[in-house]
Amino acid sequence: MNAGTQFADHARRRFLKGIGLTLGASIAPGALFVELARAKPPTEAVSNTNRWGLLIDTSKCTDGCDACVRGCNDEHGLDGKGRPATDAQWIRKLSIRQRSTGHRHSLPMLCQHCDEPPCVDVCPTGASFKRADGIVLVDKHICIGCRYCMMACPYKARSFIHETLRDQLPHAPRGKGTVESCTLCVHRVDRFGGDALPACAEACAEAGHNAILFGDLNDTGSEIAERLHTQGGRQIRADLRLNTGVRYQGIP
Amino acid sequence: MKHASAFAQIEARGPGYAALVSILTVVLLAGLWAAHNMESQGHHITGMNNQVVWGIPHVFAVFLIVAASGALNVASLSSVFGRTIYRPLARLSALLAIALLLGGLAVLVLDLGRPDRLIVAMTYYNLKSIFAWNIFLYTGFIVIAGVYVWFMMEQRFQPLSKPVGFLAFAWRLTLTSGTGSIFGFLVARQAYDAAVMAPMFVAMSFAFGTAVFLITLLTVSCVTTRPVDKAVLDRQSRLLSIFVVAVLYFVVMFHVTNLYAAEHRDIVRFLLFDGDHPYAKLFWIGQIALGSALPLALLWTPRLSRSSIVRFVAACLIVLGGLVQLYVIIIGGQAHPLVLFPGYEVSSPFFDGEVGQYAGTVNEYLLGIGGVGLTVLVVALSVRVLPIVPKKPPAAPTDHAVT
Repeated sequence: MNAGTQFADHARRRFLKGIGLTLGASIAPGALFVELARAKPPTEAVSNTNRWGLLIDTSKCTDGCDACVRGCNDEHGLDGKGRPATDAQWIRKLSIRQRSTGHRHSLPMLCQHCDEPPCVDVCPTGASFKRADGIVLVDKHICIGCRYCMMACPYKARSFIHETLRDQLPHAPRGKGTVESCTLCVHRVDRFGGDALPACAEACAEAGHNAILFGDLNDTGSEIAERLHTQGGRQIRADLRLNTGVRYQGIP
Repeated sequence: MKHASAFAQIEARGPGYAALVSILTVVLLAGLWAAHNMESQGHHITGMNNQVVWGIPHVFAVFLIVAASGALNVASLSSVFGRTIYRPLARLSALLAIALLLGGLAVLVLDLGRPDRLIVAMTYYNLKSIFAWNIFLYTGFIVIAGVYVWFMMEQRFQPLSKPVGFLAFAWRLTLTSGTGSIFGFLVARQAYDAAVMAPMFVAMSFAFGTAVFLITLLTVSCVTTRPVDKAVLDRQSRLLSIFVVAVLYFVVMFHVTNLYAAEHRDIVRFLLFDGDHPYAKLFWIGQIALGSALPLALLWTPRLSRSSIVRFVAACLIVLGGLVQLYVIIIGGQAHPLVLFPGYEVSSPFFDGEVGQYAGTVNEYLLGIGGVGLTVLVVALSVRVLPIVPKKPPAAPTDHAVT
């Protein structure tokens, strides 16, 4: 093999190696972001074919455990100022005791993402709104901070921002003088759709309780719809006929 | 027109008027300073919190707004019901209505979490919201009452003042019904969620507005030495007592209806009989004894009721009772814990099942009183520059319809 042939082989090898590296460099990030690629494109509107909701099994919810609350606070940067009366609370743990029997339950309470949300009805500017997929949100840009939605909410699920905020998280914009509440981790829903897991449900699962199930109430094949169909579920203040997106099991 | 020359600006060249305007300006600035504190530091410096979300500013704001509607009584009696005896006072009545509404709206807006977004409130409307309807009703009332005053003062438009008076009358009834419905439409709160809120607020507007008008009339008459027709004072005092009885009627019906239903007894017990919290004491002592029974006794005792001082005191007591009533409705109603699980005891680190704690702070009182200051300042300046107050007492009462 003469020197010219050796040079040509070397050049070919370098060329092929370059091609390989280029292809690898092109494909690898694609493979990494395949999960993202499954997300709903930002231009695609949410649809009412989905109705996102939660099913909370109070028999699995442990008294004294507040993993869901901590998970929510961490996810949204809800670091309190040590003033419980004015600190924001998107999800809280309730202890309830039946007066007639003394039977106790522990359960998380949060925005119930009503189909007929009183907060949306009363909001003068339309800042409180319900998305087509059932998630109830506050548009922080047009909330004037009148707090009428807090007066109207049957679940005390909304908080007013009483103080200046710092170090907010990009996916959870908040603002002093406006009202906020559970978003059902809409930033995750918009990225991962039905594969999303709200922070509270994720934290509950990590704590080994699996008391909070997230899913599409409209999808008859989903676990949440299946369980509601076979086992039933209760709405809190069902008498108000708000058709809540959050349902409970285990409370008589 | 003979009435056009019967009015004149008040002569206020002395130090008394300057002192009054200075004091009112200071009160107004104190209110603005309080609002600035609340907006710059956040509402955590107030007594309001996530359990009791509306506080003292709302008590003052709702009182002023409700009283504004009722202050138009005298003008309505003149234009709508044809009572000519009230015609000389119709301008003052309409002016007072505008001033009260301005004061109330100022407090309401400055208490917002984002008062800088007032333009948003004026441009984004959710027409399903009673609050949004009220924005129309309040701004519309100011415009209509303003036109009403203008037509009454402008000789060539005086024939039109009667139809505008009709419109103002219908509008103010709607406005007060709307204000009451802010509470009546709150389906989830045990203290509200009642259709009777709308007519009760209408009755409250008659009582509070007439009381404020009487106070204004007696004060203007005293400081300007322009005596008021005794017949007008007699009738206004009698009307005032009837309106106080009307409010009591609605209050009784509201609580009796709630007592009848087992599910609502807790809220009645809390508001009327719970000695551990201030609302029952405020109701019986502030609203019923001092704000209703005592002024009724003063106005119905023949020997006393003819005295202007007694009438002034009675009207002041009714105003005090009105503020207390709104405190009990607005703050007491929120303090009562929401019922999430009937038949269960509920507790949480977020105060579920507990009575909401609230204590108004200096900033809140300053803001509320600032709104009152704005109202009085508007009246004081307007009667100085516009022919609002009649020069002399009107002629003897002749209740003929205005043709």
